[in-house]
Amino acid sequence: MKIEKQATSGQLDFTFSRRAVFVGGVQAAIGLTVAARMSYIAVADNEKYELLAESNRVNLTIIPPRRGWFVDRYGKPIATNRADFRVDIIPDRLVRKDETVRTLAELLTLSTDDVDRIHRELKNAQGFQPVQVAAGLDYERFAAVSVRLPDLPGVTPRQGYSRFYPSGAAVGHLIGYVGTVSAEEYQRSKKPLLITPGFKVGKDGLEKTLEDRLQGEPGAKRTEVTARGKIIRDLATRPDIPGKPVQLTIDIDLHNYAARRLGLESGSVVVFDCLTGDILTMASMPCYDPNSFSDGIGRVEWKMLNGDDHIPMLNKALQGLYPPGSTLKPVAGLAMLRQGIDPDETVVCNGGYRLGNRVFKCLGRHGAVNMRTAIMKSCNTYFYAMGRRIGYDNIAPVGRELGLGQEFSLPFPSQRYGTVPDSAWKMRKYDQKWTESDTLNAVIGQGYIIASPFQLAVMAARISSGLHVQPEILLKKRVAPKPLSFPTEHLDVVRDGMNLVVNGAGTAVRSKLQLENITMAGKTGTAQVRRIAGAQRGQSGAWKYRDHGLFVCFAPVAAPRYAASVVIEHGMGGARAAAPIAKDVLTFLYDRAQAMASLEALEAGWGGNIAQRMAAKYATFQGQPAAPPPLDPTI
Amino acid sequence: MNGIVPAPIAALPWRVIFILMALVGFGATVLYSAAGGHLEPWAGKHVLRFIALLVLAIAMSRMPQGFWKSITFPLYLLLLLLLVVVELMGFVGGGSQRWINLGFITLQPSELMKPAMVLAAAWFFDRLPPNRIYGIEATWPLVLILILPSAMVIIQPDFDAAIAYAFGLGVVGFMAGLPLIYFIGAGAALAVVAPLVYFFGMKAYQQDRVLIFLNPENDPLGAGYHITQSKIAIGSGGIFGKGFGNGTQSYLDYLPEGHTDFVFATMAEEWGIVGGFFILFLYFMLMRWGLNVAVQSKTRYGKLVAAGLTCTIFFYIMINLLMVVGLAPVAGIPLPFVSHGGSSMLTMMLCVGIIMSIERHPGSKHGQFQ
Repeated sequence: MKIEKQATSGQLDFTFSRRAVFVGGVQAAIGLTVAARMSYIAVADNEKYELLAESNRVNLTIIPPRRGWFVDRYGKPIATNRADFRVDIIPDRLVRKDETVRTLAELLTLSTDDVDRIHRELKNAQGFQPVQVAAGLDYERFAAVSVRLPDLPGVTPRQGYSRFYPSGAAVGHLIGYVGTVSAEEYQRSKKPLLITPGFKVGKDGLEKTLEDRLQGEPGAKRTEVTARGKIIRDLATRPDIPGKPVQLTIDIDLHNYAARRLGLESGSVVVFDCLTGDILTMASMPCYDPNSFSDGIGRVEWKMLNGDDHIPMLNKALQGLYPPGSTLKPVAGLAMLRQGIDPDETVVCNGGYRLGNRVFKCLGRHGAVNMRTAIMKSCNTYFYAMGRRIGYDNIAPVGRELGLGQEFSLPFPSQRYGTVPDSAWKMRKYDQKWTESDTLNAVIGQGYIIASPFQLAVMAARISSGLHVQPEILLKKRVAPKPLSFPTEHLDVVRDGMNLVVNGAGTAVRSKLQLENITMAGKTGTAQVRRIAGAQRGQSGAWKYRDHGLFVCFAPVAAPRYAASVVIEHGMGGARAAAPIAKDVLTFLYDRAQAMASLEALEAGWGGNIAQRMAAKYATFQGQPAAPPPLDPTI
Repeated sequence: MNGIVPAPIAALPWRVIFILMALVGFGATVLYSAAGGHLEPWAGKHVLRFIALLVLAIAMSRMPQGFWKSITFPLYLLLLLLLVVVELMGFVGGGSQRWINLGFITLQPSELMKPAMVLAAAWFFDRLPPNRIYGIEATWPLVLILILPSAMVIIQPDFDAAIAYAFGLGVVGFMAGLPLIYFIGAGAALAVVAPLVYFFGMKAYQQDRVLIFLNPENDPLGAGYHITQSKIAIGSGGIFGKGFGNGTQSYLDYLPEGHTDFVFATMAEEWGIVGGFFILFLYFMLMRWGLNVAVQSKTRYGKLVAAGLTCTIFFYIMINLLMVVGLAPVAGIPLPFVSHGGSSMLTMMLCVGIIMSIERHPGSKHGQFQ
């Protein structure tokens, strides 16, 4: 060991003093570090942390805005909000899933169908999306859950509003329904309102397309809460601003009547105010009950809807497409008049029309018919002959002017606009020349031509008023419609023919209105679903192969005010299935008592009104195995 | 002191007593507020405990230095034995146990070992001839003194205590004059070993603590919650704080451990950085007092013990404050004299009592190898 490395006690004392100073210095430095850091947090970042402390302390609960009402043209409610107690689960905060759901099922007396739906939705839930357990609860059941909240983390009971459609299934296709926001919708806007329990958005129909108007502004409830979520006190609350009400052109009483009158049939009724284009009724049945969709639909109900060959998910008025059949004869008549054909010129009907070596059949042997009688009797031979003379390229533009093949600017999520064929269309589509037999088929509304019931009603409205009316569903002041390009004399010929259909010796005389001074004019149509095979003619056999029954009409004949179309799928004939419904619906406009009497007699035979029949059907479906519905049934 | 005050009272170490009373009093105020304006369950006990332990500390201060020197080694051995007993009890009881319940008090040997470690090291350097300070004889016994209890607490597992032992021992060794190269070398070794320990020596929850310390925002609702909420409390307090009784972070339970490990954040929320600086000032005074006692002690043992115990107190203060302001990982170390908690207060007051004793008995300039 070297000598300078030798230490003495004195040296060590000196070292100690020096090192004590050093240690004191280090301590002071650390103290200053803490002081500096603290100052930085509390002064420079003060605002940020104050905000964080405040957002810790204050729990902002969004109050979903009450949705705007739908009211009809007279202010009667079509869709409203019902105050209710509801219980939801926030999947993120759920701890013991099965146990919690079991407890809730017991407390709320949930059906197995409901429990099943909750489990399924929980499995697919995205964590932030609330899953509805039950809505529309009475206070007792609501309170039973509320008092057990500490044992049920993730369960949120709240008082809110749910959508209510007083007309039930009758307005399903017209209004649509509401539902919780899907994950995709939330990803798009990320608004916290969207995942607030109890908040619903429009999923279909007008509820969907008018969402912005109906939604309103959410309110906010601020409460001071502890870290464990216990509420200490309420702070200021900002109330919600309800969405704006939407007034429709619909006459809800008429609409409901039409929906009920459709009965067991699958079909649609569209009624226009033919002077303005206001849609008074757009009924399509059968239909789902939008109330049950809005509450989250169960497995059984979904199976019942989906397994129905009457397709309750489809709005048949706008999205159903049918060969219009003979309802198109007035259109052909107008085209012939425009091409200079004398309406009094006759064609002899011997039960058919020969084109080359093929005979196009008529439904009867009508003898010599002119235009009016041809419409009245629905004589194919007359229209084959005259249609062939003028050619279909002269008829198609008339059909389009009357609304066929057209899309209208209406706030519905989808409308199908069908086809009005002509030679250019066929060349474009099939790369084939238009043939004369195509003309013969098209002129009686068969073959390539297809149209929606809605378009047929527009056609009826335009023929009856002579005005180029634009359909409208939202009630508002509009400019008066322009007249059509047809001279009044031409329109009168056609209207005469349609008058004779009902009030002369035509195809729908049995559906004459039983009213004083008010008469209805119309045109029946029967559309083949498949090519006529043998003697069946689509009048018997399996339901889905039967002919469609169509009827277009207007009333009163003297001064047309209302125009309508009725299409009954597989109804076997316009006169048989569609015209009686049109008769009752138009009667309802003038004499409710008579119309109701007729309806009630019918409903007695059908097994009750819509709601009663659906309930009975639901009961028979219950207990049967069923596959789960998709999360968003409209997709 | 004037004549009215009786001599025994006037002779008390009033300087440090005032500092401690200020710290404990302020701590009690914070605890009172944290309990929502009640003496129960923390503030009242805090003060009573302090008074009782102050009496103990004053009694300890009457003991001569020689007494501490004489009991140092037996005390170290006794605590080592108790650590083994605790370990065995934990083994039998099927879980980690750190204390022995004596009925009237619970003893936590790993906690008491912290000052005992300092005493043991000082005792060793006192016996070591000054000219051996550079030799191997100066280090291996130290390593032994450290390793035995450290091994016991690491099994528990209580890394924090092991680090505290190493710190106390290191400070005494440093003050005793061990070559600087040891400390520089140890620092360098630590830089190499730390990542190895992190990856191979730590359990998952300990790794988490380190990770979360490095980035608490990664896991604001999980384990990073403590640090985040603590910073929110301090940051939202601003310069003057939200006022007594107005701290929402602690009052609404957002700040976890607001009466123990994170009491400083509770305080800062209501008193702002003004309150924080006040506490730092008191600690500064306490440290100054402790180091002064050390410098003024005439014996090597006294110097080393006073300095070592002062630094033991400082270790608590440093780790706690750095943790609370988000500069150190979360460790279960309370803030001396301010946090609620009996066993840490006991350790601190034992340290203070021994330092007081050395202040009162500076001794005379003759060591064993004078």
